[in-house]
Amino acid sequence: MSIALPGIGIRLPDVSYRAYRVWQRNRDVYLRLWKAEAIWPLAEPLITLLALGLGLGGLVTRSELPGDQRYIEFIAPGILAVFPMWAAAGECGWGSFFRMENQRTYHAIIATPVSIEDVITGEILWGATRGFISSVYILAVTAAFLLLHSPMVLLALPMAYVSSFMFASVSLSYTSIARSISSLNYFFALFITPQFWLGGVFFPLENLPKELQAAAWFVPATHVADIYRGLVQGHLSLGHLGDLAWIAVVAAIFYYLALISMRRRLIQ
Amino acid sequence: MPEIIRARNLVKRYDGFTAVAGIDFSVRRGECFGFLGPNGAGKTTTVRMISCVSPVTEGELAVDGLDVRREPRRIKSILGVVPQEDNLDPDLSVRQNLAVYARYFDMAKELANQRIDESLALFQLEEKQREPIWALSTGLKRRLTIARGLINQPKILVLDEPTTGLDPQARHLVWQKLRYLKEQGVTMLLCTHYMEEASHLCDRLVIMHQGRILVEGSPAGLVEEHAGQEVAEVHVSGPQREKVLAEMASRPGLTVEEVEDILYIYARTPDGRAQMADLILGAESVAYHQANLEDVFLRLTGRGLIE
Repeated sequence: MSIALPGIGIRLPDVSYRAYRVWQRNRDVYLRLWKAEAIWPLAEPLITLLALGLGLGGLVTRSELPGDQRYIEFIAPGILAVFPMWAAAGECGWGSFFRMENQRTYHAIIATPVSIEDVITGEILWGATRGFISSVYILAVTAAFLLLHSPMVLLALPMAYVSSFMFASVSLSYTSIARSISSLNYFFALFITPQFWLGGVFFPLENLPKELQAAAWFVPATHVADIYRGLVQGHLSLGHLGDLAWIAVVAAIFYYLALISMRRRLIQ
Repeated sequence: MPEIIRARNLVKRYDGFTAVAGIDFSVRRGECFGFLGPNGAGKTTTVRMISCVSPVTEGELAVDGLDVRREPRRIKSILGVVPQEDNLDPDLSVRQNLAVYARYFDMAKELANQRIDESLALFQLEEKQREPIWALSTGLKRRLTIARGLINQPKILVLDEPTTGLDPQARHLVWQKLRYLKEQGVTMLLCTHYMEEASHLCDRLVIMHQGRILVEGSPAGLVEEHAGQEVAEVHVSGPQREKVLAEMASRPGLTVEEVEDILYIYARTPDGRAQMADLILGAESVAYHQANLEDVFLRLTGRGLIE
């Protein structure tokens, strides 16, 4: 049952356990296609570790990196942070837009006892799951390169779910206002790609000009990469709690925005 | 309670545009109730409000005694919706489409499997159950969409243009299934601009135009009242046409409507053809047909093209 507070014009989002039904629907489709879906999250980190880690890394001396590590060791935690970002954001960007507009899946679902807020929540939970699956593949690849030394790295799995939930929420918020599938290009070109390259994954942020360093601090991927560095190297500090809090706040804000904005778009 | 849906002064406005302008109707349990009207008449909007996917702007709307504003989930759990568009899950098989949909209603797996088997049998889809959706013809997809709408054994089945785009064989098969469902006591709401379909299936219907209900009644009753017995489509021009129109006033059993170069003469009495015989002697061509719902529809909503 939805609760309306007409007196102050606020309508509380109608989220229920039925969000899980939407998650299950996406899982069932994924399980029919999983072999084709597995190739990206396996191939991308593998190629990156070979090309940048070993290839480019051969040109970087250890002393130029914090902690006197090899370049491939420096980027491994970073790619654990940013490839799942692509997986989660892509799922709730192109994937969700396609389901909503081309397949009319949302329209089919909201004709049942599932509310639009359940659909949105299920979609974001699924986007987070895609990020999580991607993390599992990447952990396997980085483990094969013998780059994981601390058991703490197992915490990367719950962390992957939390950070992917955030990226999925941000992405679905944008999808809710996208007019066409090509307008999603703005989001990926101007928001996701810069985080990928400039979020402190491939070089220490200190190498950037001061202004850009400040800008990078506001970017979610920077905080996610920070946490993964701590987990892979096996030392966490209080600063990482700050990173986590930052991620939680961004996730909460954009999850709420996605709920409001999608209802406005679809329930007319 | 004989009424399963009751609307009082129902209004829907979008950003200043009034799609439904204060309508009243009620649907009885077990009947097939039709919404007819040209595109943009407000019939789909009305049905979307009943289905709780479009908020009511003003007025009252109750479905099975529940207020659409307060109990959308409970109402949706007793509805089966068959949309006009194809929104099946293209990546899933026929059977999986039904199973996934049953889960939205929290149906236990065993019960769902049993219902799916029954539905597949009823709609002759058993052999296709492992096929992907893209391999199905339009007619098969439509049958599957109706089967999907029935998976929760709804009290009310909502059908929006259920046979648009189907070939005659597929259409007749769908009609046969719908008649069977009606015999089983399922209440049906049918949105259509296909008159033959409405005559075939509806017990009662309303004709909507520009957000209002123009008339309400049974298909036969509406034909009787608004189009009479027989219609002559007369191609006539010049002085002959003027003569026909002038004579008309003195013949109470006849009414006429001018459309472009054609006159439609409606006979209200069984001897209509005799009454109009001398009038149309000089016409270029005359065609008679039994008055039908299409005549009612066109008389009430105009023969001009509505965009």
